[in-house]
Amino acid sequence: MLRMGLIWKLFRRAAHIQRKRMVMTVAAIAWGTLSIVLLLSFGEGLKANFNKGSKGLGEGIIVVWPGTTAKAFEGFPQGRSLRFIEEDVDLLRESIPEIALASAEMRRWGNNVVWGRTSLSKPVAGVEPEYGELRNQIPQAGGRFLDELDEQEKRRVAFLGNKAKDELFGEREAVGETILVNQMPFTVVGVMKKKVQMGTYSGPDDNNVIIPLSTFRALYGRRTLSDFVVKGENPADNEVLKRRLYEVLGGKLRFDPEDERALSMWDTVESQRVTANISIGIEIFLGVIGALTMVIGGVGVANIMYAVVKHRTREIGVQMALGARRSYVLGPLVVESLSLTALGGVIGIVVGVGIVELLAFVQAKSNSDALQFLGTPTFSLGVAATTVLLLGAIGFLAGFFPSRRAVSIQPAEALRYE
Amino acid sequence: MNLFVGRNGKKNGTPAQGPPAIIKMRGIGKVYDSGAIQVEALCAIDLVVRPQEFVAIVGPSGSGKSTLLNLVGCLDTPTGGSYRLDGEEVAELDVDELADIRNRKVGFVFQNFNLLPQITAYENIEMPLLFKGTGARERRERVEELLAQVGLSDRGHHKPTELSGGQMQRVAVARALACDPALILADEPTGNLDTTSGQDVMGLFEGLSAQGRTIVLITHDSALARRTKRIVRIQDGRIVEDRPNIEAA
Repeated sequence: MLRMGLIWKLFRRAAHIQRKRMVMTVAAIAWGTLSIVLLLSFGEGLKANFNKGSKGLGEGIIVVWPGTTAKAFEGFPQGRSLRFIEEDVDLLRESIPEIALASAEMRRWGNNVVWGRTSLSKPVAGVEPEYGELRNQIPQAGGRFLDELDEQEKRRVAFLGNKAKDELFGEREAVGETILVNQMPFTVVGVMKKKVQMGTYSGPDDNNVIIPLSTFRALYGRRTLSDFVVKGENPADNEVLKRRLYEVLGGKLRFDPEDERALSMWDTVESQRVTANISIGIEIFLGVIGALTMVIGGVGVANIMYAVVKHRTREIGVQMALGARRSYVLGPLVVESLSLTALGGVIGIVVGVGIVELLAFVQAKSNSDALQFLGTPTFSLGVAATTVLLLGAIGFLAGFFPSRRAVSIQPAEALRYE
Repeated sequence: MNLFVGRNGKKNGTPAQGPPAIIKMRGIGKVYDSGAIQVEALCAIDLVVRPQEFVAIVGPSGSGKSTLLNLVGCLDTPTGGSYRLDGEEVAELDVDELADIRNRKVGFVFQNFNLLPQITAYENIEMPLLFKGTGARERRERVEELLAQVGLSDRGHHKPTELSGGQMQRVAVARALACDPALILADEPTGNLDTTSGQDVMGLFEGLSAQGRTIVLITHDSALARRTKRIVRIQDGRIVEDRPNIEAA
């Protein structure tokens, strides 16, 4: 106890005369810490946003478009363009029990959508009720997605993307209002909750006007689908599900189930895996840059500690002459290095967390696409642990090696030092 | 040429009978090896200093007297020979054991004072006691006692830069006495002082000697050496003369 007290007392004395040098050292390590905190927090935010964004399109879903056959099959030549109709999706529901949800989709671009004096050109999609859950189109409070009755009764109801709603209604409430879609009146039943969507196959969901598939078909006289969306009971088995889709549709539409080009598919599980790997790669990259920045700070500390040892060589010699043991020389220097690193680290973390919080606040208030894409920087437990571990290692190493040099000098030699 | 002259002035090459020696060196050598060049700073030094002696080690610059002081004070290790300090063989001790020996048995007074400038006179004197592990209350009493002894009771909380040269050296003497060492080693203690301050400090050493302290003084000033009781002359790394100082006696 006395020994630790002595080490602390010696450190305080040393700290007193090295104030300016220490301020510079603390600033260097604070800068390094701030860099790693910001980079790792941005990495976390970006990763979370990537993860969220990749799910924005729909989690574990497969979007299927008709393709063109590449193989001749049962008397049909190759190069045949396929078409889906609503019954094809019904057949899939009946034939493949692994399908949990499915929805046919018909799309139409350049539709005139009017409310009051506002007139816009928007894409309109006709879908089935399962589409909302499949495509993560969650209604805002006070509204709903399309339901079975809407479908059965061919109701003229619409579910608006949040951007489309904002453009039409501004801050006003939209649910219950009547809009004109290609001169036909539709009642707005719901508005989509704002979501991050990184993948899109027909424009972002926030810009769409969604109506029941039956209404779409009746109004526009369409029979063929643009695409359909399915989700299996277990998204991990999507490969099996895709094979079954080829088999069932191949039997109905008469194409070779081995003909890959007959159908075009977007498996979001696969793309989410790719996205996750990219985000991990980005996080590692940012982490490495942050760590290197911090190591530079650490090298600065070591450099300063070497200078401190050199500057104090004579003082160390005097202490040794008076009977200071190795630990009395080593201890204060290591304590000094660790204290400087800890102080710089705390300042860096506090400032870093402050900036992270400020950015999160600004991002929440902003509509900037760039900020939305960047995600909310997050100071997670992982970021904190990485930072503290790096700080500890740097502080100890930066103090240990110069201190070891200090105690390796003979007192007589140290006393001669000018 | 190794000469030993005992306190009785007999020149016989072996220590005279008396109380156990504080310093007992036998065949001590020191060679500085810088790779290409080897410099023999000390060669086969035999030296015995008994309690209460006041010895001056004199010699021209480069004669090896500072090297001898470093070895006597365990600030450096010899390359040959054996050395017992107050009964303890020090040649084989490790770094920490040597630090303990310096703390308990040796008090240093340097030409350039070697006070730590950033702390007060009080704290400078306190430092060896901290290394020894002395409790706070005992430390305070001891430091106040020492400050009074060197006539600086009212200067304890001044930093060295706020003190005169003579006062700084008095603080250094007080620091040297802090752990009540068996031996006081002084390296040109008046070298950086004006004549008056030098006389004061030398008077302090004489007072300590009169109290029974064992003091080894390194100097090239023959006038100072004449105020000690024994003069050891060193030249080219060898003791060339070791005699009692009849003038002081």
